[in-house]
Amino acid sequence: MFEYAPAPESRSVVSIDSSYGLFIDGAFDPAKEGGTFKTVNPASEEVLAEVATAGPEDVDRAVAAARRAFGPWSALPGPERAKYLFRIARIIQERSRELAVLESLDNGKPIKESRDVDLPLVAAHFFYYAGWADKLAYAGFGPDPRPIGVAGQVIPWNFPLLMLAWKIAPALATGNTVVLKPAETTPLSALFFADVCRQAELPPGVVNIVTGAGDTGAYLVAHPDVDKVAFTGSTDVGREIARTVAGTGKRLSLELGGKAANIVFDDAPIDQAVEGIVNGIFFNQGHVCCAGSRLLVQESIFDQLMESLKRRMATLRVGDPLDKNTDIGAINSAAQLARITELSEIGGQEGAERWSPPCELPDRGFWFAPTIFTGVTQAHRIAREEIFGPVLSVLTFRTPAEAVEKANNTPYGLSAGIWTEKGSRILAVADKLRAGVVWANTFNKFDPASPFGGYKESGYGREGGRHGLEAYLA
Amino acid sequence: MTATAPIGLSDLRSYLHGLPGVDKVGVEARAAALGTRSVKTSSKAKAIDLAIRMVDLTTLEGADTPGKVRALCAKGRRPDPADPSCPPVAAICVYPAMVPVAAAALAGSGVHLASVATAFPSGQAPLEVKLADTRAAVAAGADEVDMVISRGAFLAGDYAKVFDEIVAVKEACGGAHLKVILETGELATYDNVRRASWLAMLAGADFIKTSTGKVTVNATLPITLVMLEAVRDFRASHGRQVGVKPAGGIKNTKDAIKYLVLINETVGDDWLSPDWFRFGASSLLNDLLMQRTKLTTGHYSGPDYFTLD
Repeated sequence: MFEYAPAPESRSVVSIDSSYGLFIDGAFDPAKEGGTFKTVNPASEEVLAEVATAGPEDVDRAVAAARRAFGPWSALPGPERAKYLFRIARIIQERSRELAVLESLDNGKPIKESRDVDLPLVAAHFFYYAGWADKLAYAGFGPDPRPIGVAGQVIPWNFPLLMLAWKIAPALATGNTVVLKPAETTPLSALFFADVCRQAELPPGVVNIVTGAGDTGAYLVAHPDVDKVAFTGSTDVGREIARTVAGTGKRLSLELGGKAANIVFDDAPIDQAVEGIVNGIFFNQGHVCCAGSRLLVQESIFDQLMESLKRRMATLRVGDPLDKNTDIGAINSAAQLARITELSEIGGQEGAERWSPPCELPDRGFWFAPTIFTGVTQAHRIAREEIFGPVLSVLTFRTPAEAVEKANNTPYGLSAGIWTEKGSRILAVADKLRAGVVWANTFNKFDPASPFGGYKESGYGREGGRHGLEAYLA
Repeated sequence: MTATAPIGLSDLRSYLHGLPGVDKVGVEARAAALGTRSVKTSSKAKAIDLAIRMVDLTTLEGADTPGKVRALCAKGRRPDPADPSCPPVAAICVYPAMVPVAAAALAGSGVHLASVATAFPSGQAPLEVKLADTRAAVAAGADEVDMVISRGAFLAGDYAKVFDEIVAVKEACGGAHLKVILETGELATYDNVRRASWLAMLAGADFIKTSTGKVTVNATLPITLVMLEAVRDFRASHGRQVGVKPAGGIKNTKDAIKYLVLINETVGDDWLSPDWFRFGASSLLNDLLMQRTKLTTGHYSGPDYFTLD
């Protein structure tokens, strides 16, 4: 057997402080009440740093700083704001190796994904929205669209830096100021980004980062001086935020969960479809809201496709996220691992057949082998609930109409995939799918110019593209 | 793809066109992703020795002379005169006229002798000429024959003609192994590459090979990936294993290792051997030797430390 030697990326390229304060008004401050929490490397359970817990007083300070900065920032001519955004984008490119390593350490995702997917997209988003900053009058939202004010943004742990970019870039381009709360388990890249803002000489208060858990986020969302709330995360929390914001006049955009159907027709390019299935559900350990977690296979090619998929899954390399050869890294937290484990056990109890390739998991850290369930029906919980892990539920269908019906039979509607060699079928099926993004003969492709968002319980509003500006314009 | 019985020629077209399609974007993305695998230290050392054992060291020039061929054979038997632990190459590949010279030079070495027959590289000659070419090469001592298919007939949809020619050449080979060159650069699409691969295998090819090395596009990673998938699926449905040989343009160790990774993750161990995978190359060997020396000594040596041919 041709075994690859370990090829770990050096963690010494990035320096991590032992403790971090909050980034308010251009400076790092400890939290007023002095609370802290620890962020760990999910691949080793090693504590990476201690981070401040922002209390109400700290959030007040951050919002006040953003409010003070809003006047001058929104008054800047578009090309001036663009200059800052371009500068941030270029600094991110220059420091992308540091950021990629930091992201993999804190999140557990494989370095090849943080290096080759996350970071290029992060820079691309800043470049893209920098380009819009002086062209807002041509975006289709009236001749003189105005910023909303102070945006309170809460982002998840699956793509910490990318979600930050999706939130901050359009907000700044349109003249808003920002208070952002990164997820409790992955605050480090946002704090690193605070340093990028300082390096770019962004005026103090335009971007503020408050760290903490759910309480901090809840307080930020409810803050009376926040004009706009943007949230990416679970549907449950999204629902709570919608309740809080209702009737306040605040603008709200939500990007929530998903249970995407990845539909493979019998005339699909099989080998590439298998790659798309793998990419759809095992990319980022399945911690992807638009993951293709429900595979719908036409019955006539079921055996052949399953054989190919299992053979392919056996080549997936699970392990050290910093190793350049790793395909699947660590599960982000013990809590998430517990949820994945629980739902997978339910899948077995419901009578679905569980399969994982033989693979050795490291002793320390949070790990879950790539798993598929066959014999799944629409009535199974694993076909309905978002697992948010490397677990694929496989269902079958007989006709295109049945495929569409099953694909749409979900409370969610974030994304979907279609695999067929027939162009007319792609168009016909895509037209009927109730999902924000439909990929054809590919999966998990992102571009800053392409709007992203959901139907039904997957949320509302769009991020990315020209449409993404709308959420930040009055 | 599930048929196990030999198929009638009249069914060839529907059979080949019934194979699953190849998505260009997807196959190129997959090949590029595998190209980023990091192979170093001990795994690189193993990969280099394996790659050396897989080389079909080739000279296919109008200016080839017995002296040139003898020099190449000596190099193939003992690629690094300074290091006896360096393995020999898999085969020496020459034009039919040079086979007697090469046969004498390789006698007793265990290095195979391959000859490009069948009106290489265009394939544009009557079948009788191709068969005579093949028989002459085998009679003179070649134990491997690299034939080219008639791309014109293939592109015109005359699959039966291509099939019949391969069958006839295979028969003329006798005990010699037949490598069928698809000249993938001229087939233009990945769908054609997959169909031509299956056509050659159905007709009895022992190996399928990408290119003559004489056209603009020769071996590429995605084309080789499509061919590897084809041999894998063919073995699954027909029970017979067929080898793969990318040829042309593979010049350095880094590229060669990418091909090994492709094998490793597409078809696995069974093909990681010179019996089932070859590199058709002339200049690859010296780069492999240079990298090999670097790994053992820690230093790069200049080109003058390695023999020309």
